[in-house]
Amino acid sequence: MNDTIQVNKLNAFIDQLTKTDLPFSKDIIAISDATIASNDFPTTRTEAWKYTRVGKISSIHGNDSELIIDKISDSHIIDANALTFVFENGELIQQFSNKEIPKGLDIKSISQASETELALIGKNVKLEKEVFNSLNTSYATDGIFVKIDDKIQLEQTIQIIHIVTGENTISNMRNLIQIGRFSEAKIIFGYFSSEATSSFTNVVTEIFVSENAKLTADKIQYESAGNFHVSTEQVAQEKNSNFSINTITLNGTLVRNNLNIEIDGSNCETHLNGVYLLKENQHVDNHTIVDHKAPHCESHELYKGVIDDKATAVFNGKVFVRKDSQKINAFQSNANVLLSDDASVNSKPELEIYADDVKCSHGSTTGQLNEEAVFYLRARGISKKSARHLMVSAFIEDVISKIKNEEVTNFTHSIIKEQFGWEF
Amino acid sequence: MIKISNLHASINGKEILKGLNLEVKAGEIHAIMGPNGAGKSTLASVLAGREEYEITEGSVDFDGQDLLELSTEDRAREGLFLAFQYPIEIPGVSNINFLRTSLNEIRDYKGEEQISAKDFLAKVKEKSALVELDSKLASRSVNEGFSGGEKKRNEIFQMAMLEPKLAILDETDSGLDIDALRIVANGVNKLKSDKNATIVITHYQRLLDYIIPDFVHVLYDGRIVKSGTKELALELEEKGYDWIKAEVEAH
Ligand SMILES: Nc1ncnc2c1ncn2[C@@H]1O[C@H](COP(=O)(O)OP(=O)(O)O)[C@@H](O)[C@H]1O
Ligand SMILES: [Mg+2]
Repeated sequence: MNDTIQVNKLNAFIDQLTKTDLPFSKDIIAISDATIASNDFPTTRTEAWKYTRVGKISSIHGNDSELIIDKISDSHIIDANALTFVFENGELIQQFSNKEIPKGLDIKSISQASETELALIGKNVKLEKEVFNSLNTSYATDGIFVKIDDKIQLEQTIQIIHIVTGENTISNMRNLIQIGRFSEAKIIFGYFSSEATSSFTNVVTEIFVSENAKLTADKIQYESAGNFHVSTEQVAQEKNSNFSINTITLNGTLVRNNLNIEIDGSNCETHLNGVYLLKENQHVDNHTIVDHKAPHCESHELYKGVIDDKATAVFNGKVFVRKDSQKINAFQSNANVLLSDDASVNSKPELEIYADDVKCSHGSTTGQLNEEAVFYLRARGISKKSARHLMVSAFIEDVISKIKNEEVTNFTHSIIKEQFGWEF
Repeated sequence: MIKISNLHASINGKEILKGLNLEVKAGEIHAIMGPNGAGKSTLASVLAGREEYEITEGSVDFDGQDLLELSTEDRAREGLFLAFQYPIEIPGVSNINFLRTSLNEIRDYKGEEQISAKDFLAKVKEKSALVELDSKLASRSVNEGFSGGEKKRNEIFQMAMLEPKLAILDETDSGLDIDALRIVANGVNKLKSDKNATIVITHYQRLLDYIIPDFVHVLYDGRIVKSGTKELALELEEKGYDWIKAEVEAH
C-alpha cells in the first residue's frame, strides 16, 4: 500500500499573492480565508468541476508584472459611446477611464469606496468551499463600484473593460453593481488580453437589482489563447425587476463562467443568453443557476455553442423552483454544433421543481452540421467553407440577435469574422 | 452540352447505375421516365456530385469538361443545376442571403464582379414573379415551413436566378396540383433558350403536356433502355412499364 502525500497546491498558490487591502467586512474575509486554509483547488472529483480541469491554473507562478498598457486600442473598446472604465490586471487605469459621470450614478473603483459602501460585498456570493470566490475575496486587487440611484434612466451604457497583460499574471477583480428602484441601465463587461500568456483572471461581480429596476448586461470574453479565466456573476433580483445577461465567449484557453441568479421577489423577468465558439484546444464551461424563490416570475435561458477542432464545452444549467414559487414560467435550452470529430460537449440541463403550478421546460441538443443542407448550398455554387459558415452563422444568430446594443452586436460579428472567418 | 457514357455508380456497395448512356445538346429538352427505384434520382445526384456515390466506370463530359472531376460547387458554377426532388429546409439561412452568396460565388468563379444590391433585388423581384412565388417567401429561411408546392416553386425560382446551362428537374411535378404544375412548367418554358438544355425527370406523362420534350427516355434498372419522342411518353402512360420490363428481359 502506498501512502500518497497530498500536496496542497492552493497553499503554494497564495504565497505569491498579496492580501487585499480593500475595506471588505472582516467576517467575509475570515470566511474566505478559512475556505482557502481548509481546501485545495477543485478536481474533477468535485461535482461542479467534473469536466473542467484547473490544474494549469494552480500551477501558475505569478510575478508582479508591470502594467504596460500605454494606449488603448479599438479592439478593446466594444462601445465607443459608452461610459468606459478600463482595468489592467485588476487595477483601474485612470487615464483611459471616464471622468464625467452623469447625475444619479456613482461609479468609481472599489478601492475608492468606503466600508459602508461595500457592505454588500460577499453578502450573496458563496464562499464556503468555493475556492475561486474565496481567492477573489481575500486577494482582490480592485474592481468597479457602480451605484445607480432610484428612478434614474441611464442613457449612456456603462462599459467595464478588463485587459490582462504579461506572463503568469494573476488578477483578482471584484465588482459591485447596484441599481436603484425604478431605474434602468445597460452595462458591458469586456475581458481581453494584450501580450499575455499563462495568465489567470478571476472575477467576481455582485449585482443587486432593486424593485422595478431593469438591468441589461453584455459580457464579451476574448482573451487570447494561452490564458485562463474564471468568473462569477452573483445576481439578486427584487420584485418587479428585469435582468438580462448575454454571455459571449470567443476565445481563451480555459473559461469557466458561474452565473447565479437569485430571484427573491415576484413578477420578475430574467433572460440568460449565451454563445460560445470554440476551436483548437479551448475549453469553455458555463454553469448557470436560476433560483426562483418567489412566485409569478419568468426566466428564459438560451445557450448555443459551436465547437471545432479538439475543443470541449460544458453547459450545466440548473433551474430551481422553490416550494411556494407558483406560476413560474422557466425555459431553458442548450444547443451545440460539433464541427469536428474530436470536438465534444457535456451538456446537463437540470430542473428542480418543488412547486406544482408552474410551466417549465428544458432541452439540450448536440449534433453535427446538417450535411444534406451543406450539399444543397454547394449544389447552388456555394463553396463548402461558405456553406458551413452560412449554417453556423444561422445557428448562433438567434442568440446574438438577443443583444439589444447594436455596438455590441457589431463588435461580436467583427470578432467572429476575425477569429473564425464567419460572415453574417 | 452533356454526354454520359457507360456510367456505373453504386452506393453502399450496391450498383444502381449500370452502364447509362445519354447525350443532351444545347436547346433540347429531354424527359427521363421510369418506374420507382429505377435510378432516376441516383443519376441526378451523381451528376450534381453527391459524394456518397461511387463511380466505378464511365465518363461524363459537360461542355468539354470532365464533370466527374469537379466538386459539387464547381459543377454548379459551370452551369449545372439540380432541382431537388426533396428540397431541404435550412432554418436560419435566409433565401435572400443564400441566393446572393450563391450568385456572387458563381460570379467570382467566372471572374465577374459582385452583383449590386439594387440589381440583385430587381432580379429577385423579376424571377419570383416568373414562378408566382410570394416575395415574402424569398426573405424567409430556405424552404422552412414552405408547402410542398412552394418548395418546388422555390427550386424553379433559384433556377431562374442562376440561369444554368443545364437544368435537371427531379420530379418537380410530384405533389403539385394542376395550377402549380402550370406555373412551374411555364417558368421552365420561359427560361428555355437555344443555349441551355433541360432534363426533366418524371414518372407522370402529365408534366409533358406542359413541357414538351424533344426526346423521351426510359430508365430501367440503371440503364436507358428505350428512347423516343414525346409519343413514347403517351405510350408509357397507356401501357405502363411492364412491356418495357418484358422487352428488357427478352434480351
Ligand atoms: N443509400 C442507399 N443505399 C442503398 N440503396 C439505395 C440508397 N439510396 C437509394 N438506393 C436504392 O437505389 C435505387 C434507385 O433509387 P432512386 O435513384 O432514388 O430511384 P428513382 O428516383 O428512380 O425512384 C433504389 O433501389 C433505392 O432503394
Ligand atoms: Mg426519385
